[in-house]
Amino acid sequence: MLIKKPSDIKASEITPKELFLNRRRFMAQMAIAGAAVAGLTSPDFLLPSDARAGEKLANVQKSPLSINETPTPLKDITGYNNFYEFGTDKYSPSRYAKSLMPRPWSVAVEGEVNNPKRYDIDELMKLAPLEERIYRLRCVEAWSMVIPWIGFPLNALIKRAEPTGKAKYVEFTTLYDPKQMPEQRSRMSLFWPYVEGLRIDEANHPLAILAVGLYGEMLPNQNGAPVRLVVPWKYGFKSIKSIVKIRFVEQQPSTAWMKANPSEYGFYSNVNPAVDHPRWSQATERRIGEFSKRKTLPFNGYGDQVASLYQGMDLRKYF
Amino acid sequence: MKLKIFKVAVFLTSLTPLALLGWFALTDNLGANPIEVITHWTGDSTIIFLLITLTVTPLRKLTGWKDAIQFRRMLGLFAFFYGCLHFTTYIWLDQFFDFPGILKDVAKRPFITIGFASFIFLIPLAVTSTSAMVRRLGKRWQKLHRMIYFIAAGGVIHYWWLVKKDIRWPLIFGVVLGVLLLYRFWSTQSLAKIAGRFRRLQVSPVAQKVQSQ
Repeated sequence: MLIKKPSDIKASEITPKELFLNRRRFMAQMAIAGAAVAGLTSPDFLLPSDARAGEKLANVQKSPLSINETPTPLKDITGYNNFYEFGTDKYSPSRYAKSLMPRPWSVAVEGEVNNPKRYDIDELMKLAPLEERIYRLRCVEAWSMVIPWIGFPLNALIKRAEPTGKAKYVEFTTLYDPKQMPEQRSRMSLFWPYVEGLRIDEANHPLAILAVGLYGEMLPNQNGAPVRLVVPWKYGFKSIKSIVKIRFVEQQPSTAWMKANPSEYGFYSNVNPAVDHPRWSQATERRIGEFSKRKTLPFNGYGDQVASLYQGMDLRKYF
Repeated sequence: MKLKIFKVAVFLTSLTPLALLGWFALTDNLGANPIEVITHWTGDSTIIFLLITLTVTPLRKLTGWKDAIQFRRMLGLFAFFYGCLHFTTYIWLDQFFDFPGILKDVAKRPFITIGFASFIFLIPLAVTSTSAMVRRLGKRWQKLHRMIYFIAAGGVIHYWWLVKKDIRWPLIFGVVLGVLLLYRFWSTQSLAKIAGRFRRLQVSPVAQKVQSQ
Protein backbone atom coordinates (compact mmCIF):
# COMPACT_ATOMS: atom_id res chain seq x y z
CA MET A 1 0.00 0.00 0.00
CA LEU A 2 1.25 3.42 -0.84
CA ILE A 3 1.13 6.06 1.81
CA LYS A 4 0.97 9.43 0.20
CA LYS A 5 3.24 12.04 1.57
CA PRO A 6 1.31 15.21 2.21
CA SER A 7 2.38 18.06 -0.03
CA ASP A 8 4.77 20.49 1.55
CA ILE A 9 3.00 23.73 2.33
CA LYS A 10 4.77 26.45 4.18
CA ALA A 11 3.08 27.37 7.42
CA SER A 12 2.91 30.93 6.18
CA GLU A 13 0.86 29.89 3.18
CA ILE A 14 -1.85 28.25 5.23
CA THR A 15 -4.90 30.41 5.63
CA PRO A 16 -5.79 30.73 9.30
CA LYS A 17 -8.77 28.54 10.06
CA GLU A 18 -10.87 31.42 11.37
CA LEU A 19 -10.29 33.34 8.15
CA PHE A 20 -11.23 30.58 5.79
CA LEU A 21 -14.19 29.57 7.88
CA ASN A 22 -15.36 33.17 7.69
CA ARG A 23 -14.74 33.18 3.97
CA ARG A 24 -16.69 29.98 3.60
CA ARG A 25 -19.49 31.26 5.73
CA PHE A 26 -19.55 34.41 3.64
CA MET A 27 -19.73 32.38 0.45
CA ALA A 28 -22.41 30.16 1.91
CA GLN A 29 -24.38 33.21 2.95
CA MET A 30 -24.04 34.62 -0.54
CA ALA A 31 -25.27 31.35 -1.93
CA ILE A 32 -28.20 31.36 0.47
CA ALA A 33 -29.00 34.93 -0.49
CA GLY A 34 -28.78 33.96 -4.14
CA ALA A 35 -30.99 30.96 -3.62
CA ALA A 36 -33.49 33.04 -1.68
CA VAL A 37 -33.65 35.45 -4.58
CA ALA A 38 -34.18 32.53 -6.92
CA GLY A 39 -37.06 31.49 -4.71
CA LEU A 40 -35.59 28.21 -3.53
CA THR A 41 -37.04 27.11 -0.24
CA SER A 42 -34.17 24.93 0.97
CA PRO A 43 -30.79 26.51 0.37
CA ASP A 44 -29.03 24.01 2.62
CA PHE A 45 -27.64 21.94 -0.22
CA LEU A 46 -25.64 24.92 -1.39
CA LEU A 47 -23.53 24.81 1.72
CA PRO A 48 -20.17 23.16 1.26
CA SER A 49 -20.40 19.56 2.46
CA ASP A 50 -18.05 20.02 5.39
CA ALA A 51 -19.36 23.44 6.31
CA ARG A 52 -19.63 22.37 9.93
CA ALA A 53 -16.75 19.92 10.37
CA GLY A 54 -14.09 21.24 12.69
CA GLU A 55 -16.43 23.88 14.07
CA LYS A 56 -16.04 24.34 17.82
CA LEU A 57 -18.84 22.95 19.92
CA ALA A 58 -20.03 25.31 22.64
CA ASN A 59 -21.14 24.61 26.22
CA VAL A 60 -19.58 21.20 26.52
CA GLN A 61 -19.57 19.82 30.04
CA LYS A 62 -16.94 17.54 31.55
CA SER A 63 -18.18 14.12 32.57
CA PRO A 64 -17.27 11.98 35.59
CA LEU A 65 -17.52 8.99 33.26
CA SER A 66 -14.39 10.09 31.40
CA ILE A 67 -11.24 8.06 32.00
CA ASN A 68 -7.98 9.56 33.11
CA GLU A 69 -5.72 8.47 30.25
CA THR A 70 -3.87 10.49 27.64
CA PRO A 71 -6.00 10.92 24.52
CA THR A 72 -4.61 9.64 21.22
CA PRO A 73 -3.40 12.52 18.98
CA LEU A 74 -6.11 14.02 16.77
CA LYS A 75 -4.20 13.20 13.57
CA ASP A 76 -4.27 9.49 14.43
CA ILE A 77 -7.95 9.53 15.43
CA THR A 78 -8.83 11.20 12.13
CA GLY A 79 -6.24 9.43 9.94
CA TYR A 80 -6.57 5.78 10.96
CA ASN A 81 -10.15 4.64 10.62
CA ASN A 82 -12.27 1.65 9.81
CA PHE A 83 -15.18 3.05 7.82
CA TYR A 84 -15.73 0.52 5.04
CA GLU A 85 -18.15 2.83 3.22
CA PHE A 86 -15.05 4.73 2.08
CA GLY A 87 -12.71 1.79 1.52
CA THR A 88 -11.49 -1.14 3.52
CA ASP A 89 -8.01 0.02 4.45
CA LYS A 90 -7.53 2.35 7.36
CA TYR A 91 -6.12 5.27 5.40
CA SER A 92 -8.95 5.49 2.84
CA PRO A 93 -11.66 7.08 5.03
CA SER A 94 -9.61 10.21 5.74
CA ARG A 95 -8.89 10.52 2.02
CA TYR A 96 -12.31 9.81 0.58
CA ALA A 97 -14.84 10.81 3.23
CA LYS A 98 -15.01 14.34 1.78
CA SER A 99 -17.87 13.15 -0.41
CA LEU A 100 -20.09 12.66 2.65
CA MET A 101 -22.54 15.52 3.25
CA PRO A 102 -23.38 15.71 6.95
CA ARG A 103 -25.80 18.62 6.41
CA PRO A 104 -28.69 18.54 5.84
CA TRP A 105 -29.18 15.37 7.83
CA SER A 106 -32.01 13.76 9.70
CA VAL A 107 -32.34 10.75 11.93
CA ALA A 108 -35.57 8.76 11.96
CA VAL A 109 -36.58 7.33 15.34
CA GLU A 110 -39.22 4.69 14.71
CA GLY A 111 -40.56 1.22 15.43
CA GLU A 112 -41.91 0.15 18.81
CA VAL A 113 -42.15 3.63 20.30
CA ASN A 114 -44.96 5.96 21.33
CA ASN A 115 -43.22 8.99 19.86
CA PRO A 116 -41.76 8.20 16.46
CA LYS A 117 -40.05 11.25 15.06
CA ARG A 118 -37.65 12.39 12.39
CA TYR A 119 -35.06 14.62 14.01
CA ASP A 120 -33.13 17.22 12.13
CA ILE A 121 -29.49 16.84 13.16
CA ASP A 122 -29.31 20.30 14.72
CA GLU A 123 -32.41 19.53 16.74
CA LEU A 124 -30.99 16.16 17.77
CA MET A 125 -27.85 17.84 19.06
CA LYS A 126 -29.98 19.85 21.47
CA LEU A 127 -31.76 16.83 22.93
CA ALA A 128 -29.47 16.86 25.94
CA PRO A 129 -26.51 18.91 27.18
CA LEU A 130 -23.33 17.99 25.31
CA GLU A 131 -20.67 16.28 27.40
CA GLU A 132 -17.07 15.37 26.82
CA ARG A 133 -16.55 11.65 27.33
CA ILE A 134 -12.97 10.47 27.20
CA TYR A 135 -13.28 6.76 26.40
CA ARG A 136 -11.06 3.88 25.43
CA LEU A 137 -11.81 2.47 21.99
CA ARG A 138 -10.79 -1.13 21.35
CA CYS A 139 -10.93 -2.34 17.75
CA VAL A 140 -11.61 -6.03 17.06
CA GLU A 141 -8.30 -5.96 15.13
CA ALA A 142 -6.40 -5.63 18.43
CA TRP A 143 -5.48 -1.96 18.36
CA SER A 144 -6.88 0.75 20.62
CA MET A 145 -7.12 4.48 21.15
CA VAL A 146 -8.31 6.96 23.75
CA ILE A 147 -10.82 9.39 22.26
CA PRO A 148 -12.35 12.54 23.76
CA TRP A 149 -15.83 12.25 22.29
CA ILE A 150 -18.47 14.95 22.52
CA GLY A 151 -22.02 13.72 22.76
CA PHE A 152 -24.96 12.92 24.98
CA PRO A 153 -26.36 9.73 26.52
CA LEU A 154 -28.34 7.60 24.11
CA ASN A 155 -30.89 7.10 26.89
CA ALA A 156 -31.91 10.78 26.56
CA LEU A 157 -33.19 9.99 23.07
CA ILE A 158 -34.75 6.71 24.18
CA LYS A 159 -36.64 8.53 26.94
CA ARG A 160 -38.13 10.95 24.39
CA ALA A 161 -39.09 8.10 22.09
CA GLU A 162 -40.94 6.20 24.83
CA PRO A 163 -40.35 2.60 23.78
CA THR A 164 -43.34 0.27 24.06
CA GLY A 165 -43.20 -3.04 25.96
CA LYS A 166 -42.29 -4.77 22.72
CA ALA A 167 -39.09 -2.81 22.26
CA LYS A 168 -36.43 -5.35 23.26
CA TYR A 169 -33.67 -4.19 20.93
CA VAL A 170 -32.51 -1.05 19.18
CA GLU A 171 -31.40 -1.26 15.56
CA PHE A 172 -29.16 1.45 14.05
CA THR A 173 -28.67 2.03 10.34
CA THR A 174 -25.99 4.01 8.49
CA LEU A 175 -26.78 6.18 5.49
CA TYR A 176 -27.02 4.25 2.23
CA ASP A 177 -25.95 6.47 -0.67
CA PRO A 178 -23.24 5.15 -3.00
CA LYS A 179 -22.80 8.67 -4.40
CA GLN A 180 -21.59 9.85 -1.01
CA MET A 181 -20.17 6.51 0.12
CA PRO A 182 -18.39 5.06 -2.92
CA GLU A 183 -17.47 1.68 -1.41
CA GLN A 184 -21.19 0.89 -1.15
CA ARG A 185 -21.00 0.14 -4.89
CA SER A 186 -18.83 -2.85 -4.08
CA ARG A 187 -20.16 -6.17 -2.89
CA MET A 188 -16.73 -7.38 -1.88
CA SER A 189 -16.81 -5.81 1.53
CA LEU A 190 -20.11 -5.79 3.43
CA PHE A 191 -23.87 -5.91 2.88
CA TRP A 192 -25.11 -2.36 2.76
CA PRO A 193 -26.38 -0.39 4.54
CA TYR A 194 -24.35 -1.02 7.68
CA VAL A 195 -26.60 -2.11 10.52
CA GLU A 196 -25.81 -2.45 14.21
CA GLY A 197 -27.85 -3.26 17.27
CA LEU A 198 -27.99 -3.18 21.04
CA ARG A 199 -30.23 -4.80 23.61
CA ILE A 200 -32.49 -2.13 25.08
CA ASP A 201 -30.80 -2.29 28.49
CA GLU A 202 -27.39 -1.88 26.84
CA ALA A 203 -28.73 1.09 24.89
CA ASN A 204 -30.04 2.64 28.10
CA HIS A 205 -26.71 2.28 29.89
CA PRO A 206 -25.29 5.71 30.79
CA LEU A 207 -21.96 4.87 29.09
CA ALA A 208 -23.62 4.47 25.67
CA ILE A 209 -23.64 7.81 23.88
CA LEU A 210 -24.51 9.39 20.59
CA ALA A 211 -21.37 11.31 19.63
CA VAL A 212 -21.48 14.44 17.48
CA GLY A 213 -17.92 15.64 18.00
CA LEU A 214 -14.43 14.91 19.21
CA TYR A 215 -11.62 17.01 20.61
CA GLY A 216 -14.12 19.82 21.19
CA GLU A 217 -15.12 20.09 17.54
CA MET A 218 -17.82 18.76 15.22
CA LEU A 219 -17.23 15.18 14.16
CA PRO A 220 -15.03 14.85 11.05
CA ASN A 221 -16.65 12.85 8.23
CA GLN A 222 -14.28 9.90 8.56
CA ASN A 223 -15.23 9.49 12.20
CA GLY A 224 -18.92 9.12 11.43
CA ALA A 225 -20.34 12.61 10.96
CA PRO A 226 -22.74 13.96 11.83
CA VAL A 227 -23.82 11.49 14.51
CA ARG A 228 -22.55 8.10 15.59
CA LEU A 229 -22.93 5.61 18.39
CA VAL A 230 -20.17 5.04 20.94
CA VAL A 231 -20.36 1.93 23.12
CA PRO A 232 -16.95 1.84 24.80
CA TRP A 233 -17.15 -1.66 26.30
CA LYS A 234 -17.74 -3.30 22.91
CA TYR A 235 -15.44 -3.73 19.91
CA GLY A 236 -15.29 -0.62 17.74
CA PHE A 237 -17.44 -1.94 14.91
CA LYS A 238 -20.49 -1.88 17.23
CA SER A 239 -20.19 1.91 17.39
CA ILE A 240 -21.98 2.54 14.10
CA LYS A 241 -21.26 5.75 12.19
CA SER A 242 -23.32 8.32 10.23
CA ILE A 243 -26.64 7.12 11.59
CA VAL A 244 -29.88 7.85 9.69
CA LYS A 245 -32.27 5.49 11.46
CA ILE A 246 -32.80 4.27 15.01
CA ARG A 247 -35.49 1.61 15.13
CA PHE A 248 -36.89 -0.08 18.22
CA VAL A 249 -37.65 -3.73 17.55
CA GLU A 250 -38.78 -6.91 19.27
CA GLN A 251 -36.35 -9.33 17.59
CA GLN A 252 -32.55 -9.23 17.82
CA PRO A 253 -31.33 -7.39 14.71
CA SER A 254 -28.89 -9.06 12.34
CA THR A 255 -25.89 -6.76 12.12
CA ALA A 256 -23.60 -6.06 9.17
CA TRP A 257 -20.68 -8.06 10.55
CA MET A 258 -22.91 -10.94 11.67
CA LYS A 259 -24.18 -11.16 8.10
CA ALA A 260 -20.64 -10.95 6.72
CA ASN A 261 -19.24 -13.68 8.94
CA PRO A 262 -21.53 -15.16 11.59
CA SER A 263 -18.92 -17.52 13.02
CA GLU A 264 -16.51 -14.67 13.75
CA TYR A 265 -18.71 -11.75 14.79
CA GLY A 266 -21.52 -12.08 17.29
CA PHE A 267 -24.30 -9.73 18.30
CA TYR A 268 -22.79 -8.79 21.65
CA SER A 269 -19.11 -8.34 20.68
CA ASN A 270 -18.12 -7.22 24.16
CA VAL A 271 -14.39 -6.67 24.50
CA ASN A 272 -13.18 -9.92 26.04
CA PRO A 273 -9.52 -10.94 26.34
CA ALA A 274 -10.59 -14.49 27.24
CA VAL A 275 -12.47 -15.13 24.00
CA ASP A 276 -10.20 -14.98 20.97
CA HIS A 277 -11.26 -14.03 17.51
CA PRO A 278 -11.16 -17.34 15.61
CA ARG A 279 -8.11 -16.12 13.71
CA TRP A 280 -6.23 -13.94 16.19
CA SER A 281 -5.78 -13.42 19.89
CA GLN A 282 -7.75 -10.78 21.78
CA ALA A 283 -5.60 -11.04 24.91
CA THR A 284 -3.49 -8.00 24.08
CA GLU A 285 -3.80 -4.83 22.05
CA ARG A 286 -1.54 -2.17 20.60
CA ARG A 287 -2.47 1.29 21.82
CA ILE A 288 -1.88 3.59 18.87
CA GLY A 289 1.31 5.54 19.52
CA GLU A 290 2.80 2.92 21.84
CA PHE A 291 5.38 0.28 20.98
CA SER A 292 4.65 -2.46 23.52
CA LYS A 293 1.34 -4.22 23.57
CA ARG A 294 -1.05 -3.79 26.49
CA LYS A 295 -3.17 -6.40 28.14
CA THR A 296 -6.77 -6.10 26.97
CA LEU A 297 -9.21 -5.57 29.83
CA PRO A 298 -12.57 -7.36 30.16
CA PHE A 299 -15.29 -5.08 28.81
CA ASN A 300 -12.45 -2.77 27.76
CA GLY A 301 -11.98 -1.72 31.38
CA TYR A 302 -15.65 -0.84 31.94
CA GLY A 303 -16.46 -4.12 33.70
CA ASP A 304 -17.43 -2.45 36.99
CA GLN A 305 -20.11 -0.49 35.19
CA VAL A 306 -21.44 -2.97 32.64
CA ALA A 307 -20.66 -6.56 33.71
CA SER A 308 -24.00 -6.76 35.54
CA LEU A 309 -25.80 -6.45 32.19
CA TYR A 310 -24.54 -9.90 31.29
CA GLN A 311 -24.99 -11.72 34.58
CA GLY A 312 -25.57 -15.43 34.07
CA MET A 313 -24.73 -15.29 30.37
CA ASP A 314 -22.09 -17.55 28.87
CA LEU A 315 -19.92 -14.95 27.18
CA ARG A 316 -18.19 -17.63 25.09
CA LYS A 317 -21.51 -18.51 23.55
CA TYR A 318 -22.78 -14.96 23.33
CA PHE A 319 -19.57 -13.49 21.94
CA MET B 1 28.35 -6.90 -20.41
CA LYS B 2 24.90 -5.66 -21.28
CA LEU B 3 23.46 -8.46 -19.16
CA LYS B 4 25.61 -7.44 -16.25
CA ILE B 5 24.31 -3.87 -16.35
CA PHE B 6 20.78 -5.23 -16.61
CA LYS B 7 21.40 -7.44 -13.61
CA VAL B 8 22.57 -4.47 -11.56
CA ALA B 9 19.46 -2.57 -12.64
CA VAL B 10 17.18 -5.43 -11.58
CA PHE B 11 19.02 -5.71 -8.27
CA LEU B 12 18.57 -2.02 -7.52
CA THR B 13 14.93 -2.06 -8.62
CA SER B 14 14.30 -4.99 -6.32
CA LEU B 15 15.46 -2.87 -3.41
CA THR B 16 12.76 -0.24 -4.12
CA PRO B 17 10.19 -1.63 -1.65
CA LEU B 18 12.76 -1.49 1.13
CA ALA B 19 13.96 1.97 0.08
CA LEU B 20 10.40 3.31 0.02
CA LEU B 21 9.68 1.83 3.43
CA GLY B 22 12.83 3.44 4.77
CA TRP B 23 11.83 6.76 3.23
CA PHE B 24 8.37 6.63 4.79
CA ALA B 25 9.93 5.82 8.16
CA LEU B 26 12.42 8.70 7.95
CA THR B 27 9.77 11.20 6.89
CA ASP B 28 7.32 10.05 9.57
CA ASN B 29 4.85 8.75 7.01
CA LEU B 30 4.12 5.32 8.39
CA GLY B 31 0.81 6.53 9.81
CA ALA B 32 -0.82 5.78 13.13
CA ASN B 33 0.19 2.12 13.27
CA PRO B 34 3.74 1.85 11.85
CA ILE B 35 4.27 -1.78 12.88
CA GLU B 36 1.16 -2.83 10.98
CA VAL B 37 2.33 -0.91 7.90
CA ILE B 38 5.80 -2.49 8.02
CA THR B 39 4.30 -5.95 8.49
CA HIS B 40 1.92 -5.60 5.55
CA TRP B 41 4.50 -3.93 3.34
CA THR B 42 7.18 -6.61 3.80
CA GLY B 43 4.54 -9.36 3.48
CA ASP B 44 3.20 -7.92 0.22
CA SER B 45 6.77 -7.61 -1.08
CA THR B 46 7.48 -11.27 -0.29
CA ILE B 47 4.43 -12.51 -2.21
CA ILE B 48 5.14 -10.16 -5.12
CA PHE B 49 8.73 -11.41 -5.42
CA LEU B 50 7.60 -15.03 -5.21
CA LEU B 51 5.21 -14.35 -8.09
CA ILE B 52 7.86 -12.48 -10.10
CA THR B 53 10.25 -15.42 -9.60
CA LEU B 54 7.59 -17.79 -10.89
CA THR B 55 7.11 -15.58 -13.95
CA VAL B 56 10.70 -16.05 -15.15
CA THR B 57 10.27 -19.52 -16.68
CA PRO B 58 7.02 -18.79 -18.56
CA LEU B 59 8.58 -15.54 -19.78
CA ARG B 60 11.62 -17.40 -21.07
CA LYS B 61 9.52 -20.05 -22.81
CA LEU B 62 7.03 -17.65 -24.31
CA THR B 63 9.53 -15.08 -25.58
CA GLY B 64 12.46 -17.36 -26.24
CA TRP B 65 14.64 -14.96 -24.26
CA LYS B 66 17.12 -17.47 -22.83
CA ASP B 67 18.94 -15.04 -20.56
CA ALA B 68 15.80 -14.58 -18.47
CA ILE B 69 16.90 -17.54 -16.38
CA GLN B 70 19.92 -15.49 -15.23
CA PHE B 71 17.56 -13.44 -13.04
CA ARG B 72 15.63 -16.24 -11.40
CA ARG B 73 18.02 -16.85 -8.52
CA MET B 74 18.34 -13.17 -7.68
CA LEU B 75 14.58 -12.64 -7.68
CA GLY B 76 14.01 -15.76 -5.62
CA LEU B 77 16.57 -14.58 -3.09
CA PHE B 78 14.80 -11.22 -2.92
CA ALA B 79 11.59 -13.09 -2.07
CA PHE B 80 13.54 -14.75 0.74
CA PHE B 81 15.02 -11.39 1.78
CA TYR B 82 11.59 -9.75 2.12
CA GLY B 83 10.32 -12.91 3.81
CA CYS B 84 13.11 -12.52 6.38
CA LEU B 85 12.16 -8.87 6.95
CA HIS B 86 8.50 -9.84 7.33
CA PHE B 87 9.37 -12.62 9.77
CA THR B 88 11.71 -10.36 11.75
CA THR B 89 9.02 -7.67 11.92
CA TYR B 90 6.63 -10.20 13.42
CA ILE B 91 9.12 -11.65 15.92
CA TRP B 92 10.70 -8.36 16.92
CA LEU B 93 8.37 -5.40 16.40
CA ASP B 94 5.01 -7.14 16.68
CA GLN B 95 5.62 -9.79 19.34
CA PHE B 96 8.81 -8.37 20.86
CA PHE B 97 10.44 -11.81 21.28
CA ASP B 98 7.54 -13.17 23.30
CA PHE B 99 8.43 -16.75 22.31
CA PRO B 100 5.71 -18.53 24.30
CA GLY B 101 3.20 -16.18 22.66
CA ILE B 102 4.72 -16.78 19.22
CA LEU B 103 4.60 -20.56 19.66
CA LYS B 104 0.97 -20.32 20.72
CA ASP B 105 0.24 -18.19 17.66
CA VAL B 106 1.95 -20.64 15.30
CA ALA B 107 0.15 -23.62 16.81
CA LYS B 108 -3.28 -22.04 17.16
CA ARG B 109 -3.78 -19.67 14.28
CA PRO B 110 -3.91 -21.31 10.87
CA PHE B 111 -2.90 -18.16 9.01
CA ILE B 112 0.26 -17.85 11.10
CA THR B 113 0.93 -21.61 10.90
CA ILE B 114 0.89 -21.58 7.12
CA GLY B 115 2.86 -18.33 6.85
CA PHE B 116 5.45 -19.66 9.27
CA ALA B 117 5.71 -23.00 7.43
CA SER B 118 6.07 -21.25 4.06
CA PHE B 119 8.91 -19.17 5.42
CA ILE B 120 10.68 -22.16 6.96
CA PHE B 121 10.47 -24.03 3.63
CA LEU B 122 12.04 -21.06 1.86
CA ILE B 123 15.23 -21.48 3.90
CA PRO B 124 16.49 -24.71 2.23
CA LEU B 125 15.76 -23.16 -1.15
CA ALA B 126 17.83 -20.10 -0.32
CA VAL B 127 20.65 -22.25 1.09
CA THR B 128 20.78 -24.45 -2.03
CA SER B 129 20.64 -21.53 -4.45
CA THR B 130 24.40 -21.37 -5.05
CA SER B 131 25.86 -22.69 -8.31
CA ALA B 132 27.90 -25.26 -6.40
CA MET B 133 24.74 -26.61 -4.76
CA VAL B 134 22.93 -26.73 -8.09
CA ARG B 135 25.76 -28.88 -9.48
CA ARG B 136 25.99 -31.06 -6.40
CA LEU B 137 22.29 -31.83 -6.16
CA GLY B 138 21.82 -32.37 -9.90
CA LYS B 139 18.33 -33.67 -10.65
CA ARG B 140 17.35 -33.50 -7.00
CA TRP B 141 17.87 -29.72 -7.05
CA GLN B 142 14.95 -29.21 -9.41
CA LYS B 143 12.73 -31.51 -7.35
CA LEU B 144 13.60 -29.61 -4.18
CA HIS B 145 13.01 -26.24 -5.78
CA ARG B 146 9.57 -27.21 -7.03
CA MET B 147 8.63 -26.56 -3.41
CA ILE B 148 8.31 -22.92 -4.40
CA TYR B 149 4.88 -23.72 -5.87
CA PHE B 150 3.63 -24.76 -2.45
CA ILE B 151 5.43 -21.92 -0.71
CA ALA B 152 3.82 -19.32 -2.98
CA ALA B 153 0.41 -20.94 -2.51
CA GLY B 154 1.06 -20.93 1.25
CA GLY B 155 1.86 -17.23 1.09
CA VAL B 156 -1.37 -16.41 -0.71
CA ILE B 157 -3.43 -18.53 1.71
CA HIS B 158 -1.63 -16.86 4.65
CA TYR B 159 -2.82 -13.48 3.32
CA TRP B 160 -6.30 -14.75 2.48
CA TRP B 161 -6.92 -16.11 5.96
CA LEU B 162 -5.68 -12.94 7.59
CA VAL B 163 -8.02 -10.42 5.99
CA LYS B 164 -11.22 -9.63 7.81
CA LYS B 165 -13.53 -9.39 4.84
CA ASP B 166 -12.10 -7.66 1.79
CA ILE B 167 -10.31 -10.46 -0.10
CA ARG B 168 -9.56 -8.38 -3.21
CA TRP B 169 -5.77 -8.35 -2.83
CA PRO B 170 -5.27 -11.99 -1.86
CA LEU B 171 -7.66 -12.83 -4.69
CA ILE B 172 -5.55 -10.90 -7.21
CA PHE B 173 -2.36 -12.62 -5.97
CA GLY B 174 -4.18 -15.96 -6.07
CA VAL B 175 -5.34 -15.48 -9.66
CA VAL B 176 -1.82 -14.50 -10.79
CA LEU B 177 -0.38 -17.54 -9.03
CA GLY B 178 -3.11 -19.73 -10.55
CA VAL B 179 -2.25 -18.56 -14.05
CA LEU B 180 1.48 -19.14 -13.46
CA LEU B 181 0.88 -22.66 -12.15
CA LEU B 182 -1.64 -23.51 -14.87
CA TYR B 183 0.89 -22.46 -17.47
CA ARG B 184 3.31 -25.04 -16.09
CA PHE B 185 0.62 -27.68 -16.21
CA TRP B 186 -0.19 -26.86 -19.83
CA SER B 187 3.43 -26.74 -20.94
CA THR B 188 4.33 -30.10 -19.38
CA GLN B 189 1.16 -31.87 -20.39
CA SER B 190 0.85 -31.10 -24.04
CA LEU B 191 -2.62 -30.70 -25.44
CA ALA B 192 -2.32 -33.89 -27.46
CA LYS B 193 -1.51 -35.89 -24.35
CA ILE B 194 -4.54 -34.56 -22.52
CA ALA B 195 -6.77 -35.16 -25.52
CA GLY B 196 -5.48 -38.73 -25.75
CA ARG B 197 -6.20 -39.34 -22.10
CA PHE B 198 -9.69 -37.98 -22.55
CA ARG B 199 -10.32 -40.35 -25.47
CA ARG B 200 -9.09 -43.34 -23.49
CA LEU B 201 -11.41 -42.38 -20.71
CA GLN B 202 -14.37 -42.35 -23.07
CA VAL B 203 -13.88 -45.94 -24.26
CA SER B 204 -13.06 -47.32 -20.84
CA PRO B 205 -15.47 -50.04 -19.63
CA VAL B 206 -16.88 -47.85 -16.92
CA ALA B 207 -17.61 -45.10 -19.40
CA GLN B 208 -19.24 -47.59 -21.78
CA LYS B 209 -21.41 -48.91 -19.03
CA VAL B 210 -22.48 -45.43 -18.12
CA GLN B 211 -23.22 -44.69 -21.76
CA SER B 212 -25.32 -47.82 -22.27
CA GLN B 213 -27.55 -47.06 -19.30
